[in-house]
Amino acid sequence: MSNSMRTPLGKVRGLGSARDGAGHFIAQRVSAVALVFLVPWFLVSLLCATRGDDTAARFANAEAWLSHPFNAILVLLAVCGTIYHMRLGLQVVIEDYITGHTMRIALLILNTFASYGLIAAAVFSVLKVAVA
Amino acid sequence: MANQVEADKRPLSPHLQVWKFHPTMLTSIMQRITGVGNALGVAIVVGWLFAIASGGDIYRCYDVFFTSIFGKIILFGFTVSVMYHLAQGVRFLFWDMGKGFTPAVANFWSYFTIAFGVLGAVGVWFFAGLIPGVAV
Repeated sequence: MSNSMRTPLGKVRGLGSARDGAGHFIAQRVSAVALVFLVPWFLVSLLCATRGDDTAARFANAEAWLSHPFNAILVLLAVCGTIYHMRLGLQVVIEDYITGHTMRIALLILNTFASYGLIAAAVFSVLKVAVA
Repeated sequence: MANQVEADKRPLSPHLQVWKFHPTMLTSIMQRITGVGNALGVAIVVGWLFAIASGGDIYRCYDVFFTSIFGKIILFGFTVSVMYHLAQGVRFLFWDMGKGFTPAVANFWSYFTIAFGVLGAVGVWFFAGLIPGVAV
């Protein structure tokens, strides 16, 4: 037996490491560290902000809360950081469980598009309320 | 590959079916499930931001749905999912530093993260004044 752990099929295909796995691993964890602080703030702040006895009161409170620059910036950081972390995580789930080549590529592209779409919607919404 | 003639000489990792259950296995699987669940939750949050930006009428639709019993069940499930994923994520960071792998320690923190997910969510809802009959 050779000193290689690679199968004959693996040698023929010539596929190895994609050489960018460590970057993905680190990005997932760096975003996780940021979210450890951002998400609890977001939960507490949001739940306090959206209190109110009726829909109109809750809407006014939420709008006032989001209009404050400090809240707007932290909301953008929390939401965009979460979507970044989400995209990396869903990418791994898709790569692990979807074995069909076409379906895998299609879902990876959809994951990217959906992530940027959510970021665009979040940034637009927060700026519209906060800058108005 | 089905038509591969030569037998594979590489050592195989144990298949999921022959593994004895252990808590760290459960928490690892749950981390994936809650991660996918949280992705759906993020869409709800972004939708909520969009509803605020869209004005009172659109916000009313959102508000009516998420203050209904069905909406509240979704939001509470999302809160549990976020709190669990948060606690388990912090534990993964400790694992990345090589700490907490002793079976007794790993099992303890497995149950802790599950408890944190449920009790943490109850705590958040209590703090937010969302638990029926309990005013804060």
